[in-house]
Amino acid sequence: MLRRLHGLPGVVLALGLTVVAVTGAVLSLQPALDRAAAPAVPAGTSVAGLAAQVAARHPGISAIRQRPDGSLTVAFDDGDARGVERVDPATGTGLGPYQVPETTRFITSLHRSFLAGDAGRAAAGLGALAMLALSVSGMLLLARRLGGAGALLRPIRGTPAQRWHGELGRLAVAGLVLSSLTGLWMSAGTFGLIPEAQGIAPAVTASGGTPAPVGTLAALRSVPLAELRELSFPDPADPTDIFTLRTAAGETQIDAATGAALAFAPATGLERINDLVRTLHTGRGAWLLGLLLGLSSAAVPMLGATGIILWARRRAARPRFTANAPARGADTVILVGSEGNSTWGFAGTLHAALTAAGHRVHIAAMNEVGAAHLAADRLLILTATYGEGDAPASAKGFLSRLARVPGRPPVAVLGFGDRNFPHFCRFAQEVADALEAKGCPRLLPLKRVDRRSAQEFAQWGQDLGAVLGHDLTLSHVAEPPKTVPLVLAGRELYGEALGTPVAILRFQAPRDPRTGTPGRLPAFAAGDLAGIVPPGDTMPRFYSLASSTRDGVLEICVRLREGGLCSTFLHALAPGGAINAFIRENPAFRPAAGRAPLILVGAGAGIGPLAGFVRANAEERPMHLYWGGRSAASDFLYEHELAQHLAERRLTSLKTAFSRDVEGGAYVQDRIAADAPRLRELLKQGAQILVCGGRDMADAVTRAFEPVVRPLGLDLATLKSCGRYVEDVY
Amino acid sequence: MKFVLPAVAATAALVAPTLAEARQVTFETALKRYGGNGAYVVLYVTDAAGAYKGTLWMAGGKAKYYRHLSDWQRASGGRATEIDGITGASIGSGKTLKITLDLADAMIDAGYKVHVDTSVEDGMDNPSEVVAPLAAAASGKPFAGKGYVKSLTVTF
Repeated sequence: MLRRLHGLPGVVLALGLTVVAVTGAVLSLQPALDRAAAPAVPAGTSVAGLAAQVAARHPGISAIRQRPDGSLTVAFDDGDARGVERVDPATGTGLGPYQVPETTRFITSLHRSFLAGDAGRAAAGLGALAMLALSVSGMLLLARRLGGAGALLRPIRGTPAQRWHGELGRLAVAGLVLSSLTGLWMSAGTFGLIPEAQGIAPAVTASGGTPAPVGTLAALRSVPLAELRELSFPDPADPTDIFTLRTAAGETQIDAATGAALAFAPATGLERINDLVRTLHTGRGAWLLGLLLGLSSAAVPMLGATGIILWARRRAARPRFTANAPARGADTVILVGSEGNSTWGFAGTLHAALTAAGHRVHIAAMNEVGAAHLAADRLLILTATYGEGDAPASAKGFLSRLARVPGRPPVAVLGFGDRNFPHFCRFAQEVADALEAKGCPRLLPLKRVDRRSAQEFAQWGQDLGAVLGHDLTLSHVAEPPKTVPLVLAGRELYGEALGTPVAILRFQAPRDPRTGTPGRLPAFAAGDLAGIVPPGDTMPRFYSLASSTRDGVLEICVRLREGGLCSTFLHALAPGGAINAFIRENPAFRPAAGRAPLILVGAGAGIGPLAGFVRANAEERPMHLYWGGRSAASDFLYEHELAQHLAERRLTSLKTAFSRDVEGGAYVQDRIAADAPRLRELLKQGAQILVCGGRDMADAVTRAFEPVVRPLGLDLATLKSCGRYVEDVY
Repeated sequence: MKFVLPAVAATAALVAPTLAEARQVTFETALKRYGGNGAYVVLYVTDAAGAYKGTLWMAGGKAKYYRHLSDWQRASGGRATEIDGITGASIGSGKTLKITLDLADAMIDAGYKVHVDTSVEDGMDNPSEVVAPLAAAASGKPFAGKGYVKSLTVTF
């Protein structure tokens, strides 16, 4: 619901809001410029003093106004000359005609009304309402995503569009809420929805005597110039006319002959509110606030653009099912819990594969669960987890509905999530527990899929096929990736003596066949993933990148797996041989910005991205590498390069562990445990830990780190949730 | 662009009770290209003694700005009933306001005068910047204003 309120309306309104926001940002500079240009109002000058100075030059003076930026203007009609001019508050001398520049008027008009009169004014008012709704719903969505209101300041993970949208959104939200609320108030005032603020000035009778010089009038002498809003002069042709003085406090009517205050109408509460709202919205008289509001508004075009990208991606990911069998009579029912539609993609692949295998398969959102679904022969549930273990959008009502619906079909639950979050697939676990409590037999144990891994999904498909008694091949391709051809430029082979070969492979873009110029590599950084599609297959395998585009090569470490289609293909590749590859960004696994130390932990081929981080460390940020291999003599990957990095201070320290070495074989987690005091010292300095390698090694490293961080009052769940302990695990 | 208002209901005091005693009068107020936001413009009538008789048209919708039309404000008392039903949008720079209405014959050549007050945001207030007689001899003659009005032409 929240997402529906935020998504499509945001896309539709993006252009209009961009116009209002950009013009607002431009106008926000004005108060600061005006303040710099406006001469200071000297203390001790009274309204009477300045009025006398100006009246001496302009016999036909009709009004003196002080603008919110502090500048003074005088309207006069001396017969031969008339107009509005700026005056120096200290001397009353003229500073030239007052004219709002045409561009400022144009931008203001665009901002207030899209240059379309009252209809445009109404649209701008509704725009303010929309901006308010988008700001609030956006913050609620972000809070939910990050795991609650208390987590709003946590680092945002995801694609660049997601990060930009979230980061800019939370930076700008305060300014945008203030601007839209005050804008709404002003708009309501324009359309008469707020009663007229001005109090009615009481009718007064002037003495009618000969007007005294303005400088002598007592009621004007007592008012400091700084407090003046507007002083209007009496009509010289009308002896009963009076001075009207407006200040923040209210309006005073002053006798032109006696200088006595005839009546005073204090500013109403509503008037004061209007003044405050105007100041808060325009920044006039509060230039610093104006600049901050302008900065917030300047974020709107970027928020609109990234928002449209996110919306379009989510929409493209929405699956279209062909031949969805009716729920009644289906033998297999797939229920989907999805927030951003990617789980629907997996469910669609499962639906197609089961239908092809001859099943009558019905697919529906978990929220729609009903008796017909639970009457099927089997129930398959695919669900993501949202934020801190919450149900995703299409499964919010599942657990409460499930309790009311009869039926106990055999069930298999597949959870989708990210191991880097502390509550990996917690909602899937809750669903599995609830079904078990209901008495549903378990078709398969709960399986968790990390970061949309197509391999893990395919593995679960095989397990499901085994239970169903037929083959089930789930080759899920999230978005058909656009691959680029690359050619092998060099390879180093390690570990052959141990029977566990690991290759460092370096690829380059093929040369242009006609000109012979080197081709261009796609954009990537160490830690991103290269998806490689082996010949004769459609499913890409992912390898962590050990290099960045600017290194001029795409470098990966590949261990030969027995029966592994892709690793076999890559190990057999001769120099000059071609592959098809694409880049998938992996923004979660990257050194955090700053100078804090990095603790890099890896084993085997997991050294790849870690070596890439070290190689890119030209600024000599402290980096401590812990790496485990089998034998120093045989599979010490990057041995020479690391030695050079140590000498060049790109790498601060290196600790290795070799499990098969004769004298006391050890694992990388042993080195962590032995180095506990030093690691604690680094963590106190704000160190970030990056772990890359196999699942077993990663679990062992996690266990080794627990006692290291505990004396610091930390735990790994906290470190993980704030991005200081990140893993790239396969 | 011209704002043409056929058979406007001006203040009751000015409108002829029956058409037989009435004459159709056109008031055309052309503004200078002063380059600013829309001007508030009010047309009203005073009698031979200079006493306010009624308002013909108020161009500008926000009552809080009427205080800047100071002669009209003072003469009429600024009451909302004075302009009830005869209010329109403010007039842009260089635009013309044209109103047509039926005036009682008795008001022509009887010393009545039509006044125009104008005011622009961030600009000047111009009370009675044009004062033209409601006289047959002046029909079709443009009267120049001293503020934002280029000319006021009253045609019988």
